[in-house]
Amino acid sequence: MDLELILNSLPKLLPAALVTLKLLISSLIIGLIIGLGFAILRLNKNIFINKFAYGYSYLFRGTPLLVQIFIIYYGLAQIEYLRSTFLWAIIKEPYWCAIIAFSLNTGAYTSEILRSAFQTIKVGVIEAGKSLGISNKIIFYKIQIPIAIRQSLPAYGNEIILMLKGTSLASTVTLMDLTGVAKYIISTTFKPIEVFIVAGSIYLFMTFCIHNLIKFLEKKYSFSN
Amino acid sequence: MNKLKRTIFSVLASLLIIGSVNANDKIKIATEGAYPPWNSKNEAGKLIGFEVELAWSLCRYIGRQCEIVEQDWDGMIPALQLRKYDAIMAGMSITDERKKVITFSQGYADEVASLAVMKGSDLEGMETPAGINLTKPDSAAKKALKTIEAGLAGKTVCTQTGTIHQNFLESGDVGKINLRTYKTQDEVNLDLEAGRCDVALAAAVAFVDYAEKSGKPVVLVGPTFSGGAFGNGVGVGLRQAAQMGENTTLGKRDAELLRAFNKAIDQARKDGVISRLAIKWFGFDASM
Amino acid sequence: MELLAFGDTGWGDELFYATLMTIAVSITAMLIGFLFALIFTPLKLSKYKIFNFIGNFYTTVIRGVPELLVIYLFFFGGSGAIMFVASMFGYYEYIEINAFITGSLAIGIISGAYSTEVFRGAVQSIDKGQFEAAKVLGLSKFTQFYKIILPQVLRIAIPNLSNVWQITLKDTSLISVTGLVEIMRQSYIAAGSTRDPLFFYSFAAVLYLILTFLSMKLINRLEIRYSRGF
Repeated sequence: MDLELILNSLPKLLPAALVTLKLLISSLIIGLIIGLGFAILRLNKNIFINKFAYGYSYLFRGTPLLVQIFIIYYGLAQIEYLRSTFLWAIIKEPYWCAIIAFSLNTGAYTSEILRSAFQTIKVGVIEAGKSLGISNKIIFYKIQIPIAIRQSLPAYGNEIILMLKGTSLASTVTLMDLTGVAKYIISTTFKPIEVFIVAGSIYLFMTFCIHNLIKFLEKKYSFSN
Repeated sequence: MNKLKRTIFSVLASLLIIGSVNANDKIKIATEGAYPPWNSKNEAGKLIGFEVELAWSLCRYIGRQCEIVEQDWDGMIPALQLRKYDAIMAGMSITDERKKVITFSQGYADEVASLAVMKGSDLEGMETPAGINLTKPDSAAKKALKTIEAGLAGKTVCTQTGTIHQNFLESGDVGKINLRTYKTQDEVNLDLEAGRCDVALAAAVAFVDYAEKSGKPVVLVGPTFSGGAFGNGVGVGLRQAAQMGENTTLGKRDAELLRAFNKAIDQARKDGVISRLAIKWFGFDASM
Repeated sequence: MELLAFGDTGWGDELFYATLMTIAVSITAMLIGFLFALIFTPLKLSKYKIFNFIGNFYTTVIRGVPELLVIYLFFFGGSGAIMFVASMFGYYEYIEINAFITGSLAIGIISGAYSTEVFRGAVQSIDKGQFEAAKVLGLSKFTQFYKIILPQVLRIAIPNLSNVWQITLKDTSLISVTGLVEIMRQSYIAAGSTRDPLFFYSFAAVLYLILTFLSMKLINRLEIRYSRGF
């Protein structure tokens, strides 16, 4: 065990952890919007819209994230037509490819979490709103969505942690996130164990923070208060 | 007592389905299988290339059985140290940096590095000498480095992670570079073609091979590089005898393997085997 | 389509065997994961703090660190550790652990952490009365466990275990460092060699979708079987 290497790699790995966080937060925000959109589509009575939304979530939940990111990064770049459109400005950048893959992936899981949360809301709550003469739209936005969010917090917390781990795949498309920099240090020191232990500890610390943040939010928004 | 310990251990090992315990009769040689024409994989899933054929020849000279295994480039040296295999033949140049952790046989081939761009790049026609040596750069070489530095400014330069090419681009010899590194050369090629990379650096033959097979207009630009960060040719990577202690059984065996490879390379060179294979795979005699 | 030809000209047979390899590794890893769960679930449920700590340490660390890192650490650290143990027994040869075992173990460790959580949750959700009732009936400990507790744990656990299975199946795409040629590595090689990543990665996605689809069907059947009588 090379303690000096452990100490020396920390200053290089910590800034890289910020890249990881940036990737995570951007993907989560976009993924949440996508997820909410598809969750609403899933509740639609039109069978085609419903199936389309289901197909999306099935596709992204049924395949490994690594395959998704490779298709978006290397696969799309292969289509020459695409390179002549404005889309290329986005797909050209590894950063955006990673964000697209992560957002679509977490969007699929988020849509499932929100859908099941919507479906478990008791009909009584909605009826109560109606009897008070509140419009359907307001019931949906002011009652259903907040309750759904509260109910999906634990599952969504897990999803955030899964996504944090998923961002490590950004390194496979040349991004210098925490894993990317760790691999870089290994390529010059040839000591994988030490470097991965440090990188792993940083990930673990981030997981720990996310875990506690969710616990805190759950308490804050629990129904008993 | 020792015997008892060994027996206990053997039983434990077999319980854990650890597999063959004494694999010492075969030399295991690792290659990447993703760096044509040095080493690659064909449609039949077989490893092919200059180094794959050379490895078989060297084994015949050594007179022992061999097995060629695949290993990703990023784990190549750590896995050698863990004794997952005994030797590396993967277009690995002999450099001081690597010599700190492993040892090398004598070189068997020259790896001539070059920059490459897609046809139509403004780097085409960059005026430099045909080749420069960086060990003791003369004034022409220094001037060429300046020209390259100016040419690469503002461009995305791509290369494989953990290679001499990366070392060179980070050495400061050509200024500060906007560098992007990849797991394999195949990926570098794909992104060069797609236009994500403005320019790439690798073995010249790797680009020539890619241009031939893909039919894409990949063009070599600038000088060919050797010496300095580019090391002293490609050799067989082996464990340092000192890793396990020079007087231990394993240390002695590692030292013996180094001698065997050096001798085999001598013989292969004398018999013209290395030249013949180089011409077959590279189109010119890169043997050394 | 000639890209998928069987034989020496295309990648069809290679991808077929790679798919079998993915299935084999996933199943082995899942079983190894069950073994881990068998050890760590009781630890997590134990009355003793020290056992709790060990159990929690395992599940927290493995579930909190990217799979890629766990696999790398196992690949480089695991064999080092085994050799170290071996050297204490006076054994200095290289111990060859084949790629299949290495890959399955690496994924199995991850899978086991998730299985442990599932089993812990399932055991805790069983009504305490069930244990008491079993005792009152005078059943032996063995019968109590196998006839009363285990079927219920399984019934509660199966839906969540199907999630663990999906995670395990998809995680096998990350073991290329071990050199095991499963779907992802084979597609990677084919994409590099043919310079057609779009086709091969899309095809890989289809293969994974087929595997997830078929396994869901199978698990649904199991679920129905274990829900009988409820």
